[in-house]
Amino acid sequence: MSVFITTLLVFLVFIIIYQIGKASEYASVMRGEENIKFKTNRAIAWILVAFFFLGLYGIWECNEIFKDRMLPVAACENGVKYDNMFFVTLAVTGIVFFATQAVLFWFAYRYQATPSRKTTFFAHSNKLEILWTTIPAIAMAILVAIGLKNWANVTSDAPADATVVEVVGKQFNWLVRYPGKDNELGKRDFRKISDANNILGLDWKDPHNMDDIISQKGELHMVVNKAVKLLIGSRDVIHDVGLSHFRVKMDAVPGITTTLWLKPTITTEEMKQKTGNPDFVYEISCDQMCGKGHYSMRGTVIVETQAQYDAWMAAQQTYYAENNAPSAPTAANMAAPKPASDTTPKAAVKP
Amino acid sequence: MNHAEIIIDGHNVAHHAAAEHHDHEHHEQHFIWKYIFSQDHKMISKQFLITGIIWAIIGALMSVFFRLQLGFPDSTFPIMEKFLGDWAKGGKLTPEFYYALITMHGTILVFFVLTAGLSGTFANLLIPYQIGARDMASPFMNMLSYWFFFAASIIMLVSLFVETGPASGGWTTYPPLSALKEASIGSGIGMDLWLMGMALFVVSSLLGGLNYIATILNMRTKGMTMTRMPLTIWALFFTAVLGVLSFPVLFSGVVLLIFDRNFGTSFYLSEIFIGGKALPHIGGSAILYQHLFWFLGHPEVYIIMLPGMGMASEILATHSRKPIFGYFAMIISLVGITLLAFLVWAHHMFVTGMSPFLGSIFVLLTLLIAVPSAVKVFNWLTTMWRGNIRFNPPMLFAIGFVSLFISGGLTGLFLGNSALDIHLHDTYFVVAHFHIVMGVSAFFGMFAGIYHWFPKMFGRFMNNTLGYIHFFVTIAGAYLIFWPMHYEGIAGMPRRYYDFSAWESFKHFQGINAFISIISIIVFFAQLLFVVNFFASIFKGRKLTTQNPWGSTTLEWTTPINPGHGNWPGEIPEVYRWPYDYKDDGNGGDFISQTTPLRPGEESH
Repeated sequence: MSVFITTLLVFLVFIIIYQIGKASEYASVMRGEENIKFKTNRAIAWILVAFFFLGLYGIWECNEIFKDRMLPVAACENGVKYDNMFFVTLAVTGIVFFATQAVLFWFAYRYQATPSRKTTFFAHSNKLEILWTTIPAIAMAILVAIGLKNWANVTSDAPADATVVEVVGKQFNWLVRYPGKDNELGKRDFRKISDANNILGLDWKDPHNMDDIISQKGELHMVVNKAVKLLIGSRDVIHDVGLSHFRVKMDAVPGITTTLWLKPTITTEEMKQKTGNPDFVYEISCDQMCGKGHYSMRGTVIVETQAQYDAWMAAQQTYYAENNAPSAPTAANMAAPKPASDTTPKAAVKP
Repeated sequence: MNHAEIIIDGHNVAHHAAAEHHDHEHHEQHFIWKYIFSQDHKMISKQFLITGIIWAIIGALMSVFFRLQLGFPDSTFPIMEKFLGDWAKGGKLTPEFYYALITMHGTILVFFVLTAGLSGTFANLLIPYQIGARDMASPFMNMLSYWFFFAASIIMLVSLFVETGPASGGWTTYPPLSALKEASIGSGIGMDLWLMGMALFVVSSLLGGLNYIATILNMRTKGMTMTRMPLTIWALFFTAVLGVLSFPVLFSGVVLLIFDRNFGTSFYLSEIFIGGKALPHIGGSAILYQHLFWFLGHPEVYIIMLPGMGMASEILATHSRKPIFGYFAMIISLVGITLLAFLVWAHHMFVTGMSPFLGSIFVLLTLLIAVPSAVKVFNWLTTMWRGNIRFNPPMLFAIGFVSLFISGGLTGLFLGNSALDIHLHDTYFVVAHFHIVMGVSAFFGMFAGIYHWFPKMFGRFMNNTLGYIHFFVTIAGAYLIFWPMHYEGIAGMPRRYYDFSAWESFKHFQGINAFISIISIIVFFAQLLFVVNFFASIFKGRKLTTQNPWGSTTLEWTTPINPGHGNWPGEIPEVYRWPYDYKDDGNGGDFISQTTPLRPGEESH
């Protein structure tokens, strides 16, 4: 009922506004239409000018507010190149933006209708058309050239010494798999997945899997100044590994493995000092709509020194060990474990 | 067929059209044939427009609801519970329904308002009027086009009320999310209804588009050569071409998705573990859907933009009292945009893992579109140069259209360049970009068109004072809403998030999100003001006293103030000149109608 009354009230207010608007228009018609028309025209022209200058002020104000938070510090080599290209593009588009908007509002003000103004019949000019076809074309060519250079760089093959880590999305968290001591990720198969004891469907017949480590909290550890190659996959729907501090993202698509590599240059600790934020953390955001928990699909990146990384790695248990009784075969043992031993609930054996 | 007859036999058109259904028809058309199952292009255009307005109100109201959540995630709004029931229990949106709202907001605005509501209205209204035809090539198909749209609308509307809610996988409905009921409750019956609604929508769009093309190519009046057509017609022509060539591809994508959902096929599905079990699907590609979707999806952007461009050209020229600058350059740039529109779809997919080389090609082609777009902008600016500009609401909206098109177009240079997109993809930068350029800008083109042709549609003017308020609140609001979003996007803030408070990188934007939400509510009410103005003016607006209130050169203004079916009571006028002869007519007037023969010694354009 109250909704109905509110709607009715809003509607009535609108009708009243409409009636006032109509009355004022009829009044102006009675006072002599032509004269009023030019007066209104003049007023509108001034409001447009005011709008333009208020807009400029608003842009300036907006820049002041956001200056420090719009582009976070780029934390990898390619990220720095990214920022350079970003600002070049911003400069090009910025110039065009201000020039064309200024001309638009200037013409609107300058050529507002007056009783005496005569228009100029000016219907075409090939010179002008050629001019403003070629200049944008050249500008685009430059932007494309810079873009393709950077694109080739970002999408190039990872350096041979890059650490390979697998990141797999599922509704609604990230699973990060490290290759372990043998430096090789084992095979996996979606048909072997079990939420109880094999969340990635590791194939236990593949010995490379035995020492693999899985972070179920979505912790992606990286060594500073060392390239990391991410193999990205998904268990269910499309997700996206978004790394805004590293200026990259890549979709995680079920059935397809996508890749991404980067070379972090600033550790998390250094970043805490740089930003003055003791809670600073690199975050992995899911950037592809993946369902009701999309907004909470958060992972973290920890960039640290080699020593810290090694210490962290040493403290991790292999996924196999986590899910099997302590007496289960070690990684060195090539024999495939019995499937039956896989059924131990992982919570029971978690250290 | 008897269409040829209809064209010649103007007075009897109403009879013919009605007689196809109704044998004992009297001179006055029955209410049903005149207002509901009408075959008159003018009435069909009004049907499209009013349906579009209703959809726009629903779609905009949805955005108000989810902006409340985004702006004030810690607050509750009991009023939402009144509207949405259990979806907003205690006055707070559930995440599921938040996603349903953004999905339906996008679907409704992109397809039902800015495609059907925009092209449907103005192609129907202007094509026969401006080329000098009595009606469309097939008035019956034209009527079907509206009724398929109506059926699609009903299905989409019903999907809002089903128990599991409407589709909620984003307006692009990417599988597997949209294909698997286990992945999201919105992928249940709501998604089936969405797909059926879209399939019918495609049918409607094709029936309309083929008709528009056939009419423009075949039914121009004597003297109306292609190069004497107003730019609105050129724009609507290419809009129809884009639709006819790309909508079938969406249709195929939709059909395959229906198969995957219901008949166990694996077009889009492969290696999926969900709901506690591994699915049997193997070998499909989720990316295939994206190719099919964006092969429509990108031309769709131009389907939305081109009518606005055409109308802005027409309106800028008319109210500057000057010819459009570079008529041929405008046509060539439309051709360029239309061709390129088909060759850039994969720039929506730079981060799907597609081949980087292929990505490079799409970067090049995408940035090429900036060239014809720039040509158009410079031509519009030059059209205003040394004009005699009358700031009535249609002109203001046309100026606003140009301003927004520049702003939104320029950010496209960031997103079209894969090396920059790789960070900005799916952030608020994208939201800001497309809302400005194909959301608000297209809406400004539509508003300009409505204010400009309202007198032709209803024989009355819309209220100017309200028009001015509507314009300034909307353009200021549009910039205040979307400008700050760019910064959020540059910081990497992802779109389609229900709540940012858990994110260290994004939570400091909360203040600005609240600001954006407040402005969007104000802008929403400004649009309601327009709606009231529109409907009140139909009945109470100031009446037209002359046929040609704007002093325009084109043919629609040579018809009577309230034309009957057939448009011209006598002969269809003959055309002697191009549509932009805004110059001294020798008698103190500042324009020469297309129906005026060339004066001795005068050169045609």
